[in-house]
Amino acid sequence: MKIAVLSGKGGTGKTLVSVNLAAVAKTSTYIDCDVEEPNGHLFLKPKGVQEEEISVKVPNVNHELCNGCRKCVDFCKFNALAYIKNNLIVFDDVCHSCGGCILVCPEKALSEKEKVIGKVQKGISGEMTVWTGILNTGEASGIPIIQKLLAEENSQADQLTFIDCPPGSACIVMESIKDADYCVLVAEPTLFGVHNLNMVYELVKLFNRPFGVVLNKCLEEENPAERFCSEKNIKILGRIPFENELGTLNSNAEIAINKNQKYRELFSTLLDTVTKEVQHETTTNP
Amino acid sequence: MKIAIPVDEKSLKSNVCISFGRAPYFLFYDTVKKESYYLDNTAVASQGGAGIRAAQVIADHGVKALLTPRCGENAEKVLRNAEVLVYKSILGTAQENIDAYTSEQVNLLSDFHAGFHGHGGN
Repeated sequence: MKIAVLSGKGGTGKTLVSVNLAAVAKTSTYIDCDVEEPNGHLFLKPKGVQEEEISVKVPNVNHELCNGCRKCVDFCKFNALAYIKNNLIVFDDVCHSCGGCILVCPEKALSEKEKVIGKVQKGISGEMTVWTGILNTGEASGIPIIQKLLAEENSQADQLTFIDCPPGSACIVMESIKDADYCVLVAEPTLFGVHNLNMVYELVKLFNRPFGVVLNKCLEEENPAERFCSEKNIKILGRIPFENELGTLNSNAEIAINKNQKYRELFSTLLDTVTKEVQHETTTNP
Repeated sequence: MKIAIPVDEKSLKSNVCISFGRAPYFLFYDTVKKESYYLDNTAVASQGGAGIRAAQVIADHGVKALLTPRCGENAEKVLRNAEVLVYKSILGTAQENIDAYTSEQVNLLSDFHAGFHGHGGN
């Protein structure tokens, strides 16, 4: 079972929730898809890390064959090519690796070359398998790395897999949730938090994924995110209190469930709720 | 000799647009013939690489000098290869910038930003 944890913005508690759920599930897989700034590994401290570089294809120009017709320049929707003073210039960082320029070149002046954009790491933390995706700074898209991370063989059907998504609701988040069995949306108790919750709420509805909300940083006062959930009839999976102790543990890169029984019970209950929801979904919507 | 300025409106009274790649129009001005014309910037709604595309257009029109408040690194690379000099525009209208250029009151732009790529920046 694959459970994706997402939120409309960073700092809401995706990593807190996914790391602690993975840890309380014991035998599980944790996959950090937040490839622009993965930080789950700071908590899980995986050992025996193996690494694999991830490449994409970018165009390589044979200047002798190029006749300056500019079909490639006109084709590229990302404007990764320019033709200046009888010379074709390729901007690798802007290229989205669609391969279109190579197809449209009538002179066969363009060919593919490999370009490394980042890497994936696999390690072990207790009984957890920890995957981390790392996109090199300045690269156009982390999607090839996420595809590698979420390859079928990386998660075992009889185990829980927790996917720590990138923030927001853009392409890389879509790629991270598209094969998830269930989505956990993490929300903050502010109006801004509601706005961000609404973004991912619309996304999971668009993708027709079953989902529920975890209310993080809960205070005694009224919670706009909770009101949003009751208005939209969204299942609230659990509430995490806004506490100094939890914040301190988290900022020291400690896994909260290992440090305080109260948090172990909180995430254990949350895991039970999520698991029941997933099972309910798979029996009603197989 | 032809110069170009990114502008908000098709008028010599227009302000200089704060963006080069995402400017709605370009003003082209011939300093010898004292003639001007405007072009819609086809890069304005690009998903990415707007500066590259805009710089290609500037180069294709045989421009020798561009006056702009700022310019990204990728556009700068295209303009450098095309031997277009990039000057920092002054506060004021397009006409005031033309006058500043012809009286040699403008300086070469020295800092080229790494691009905003959908993350704002003003």
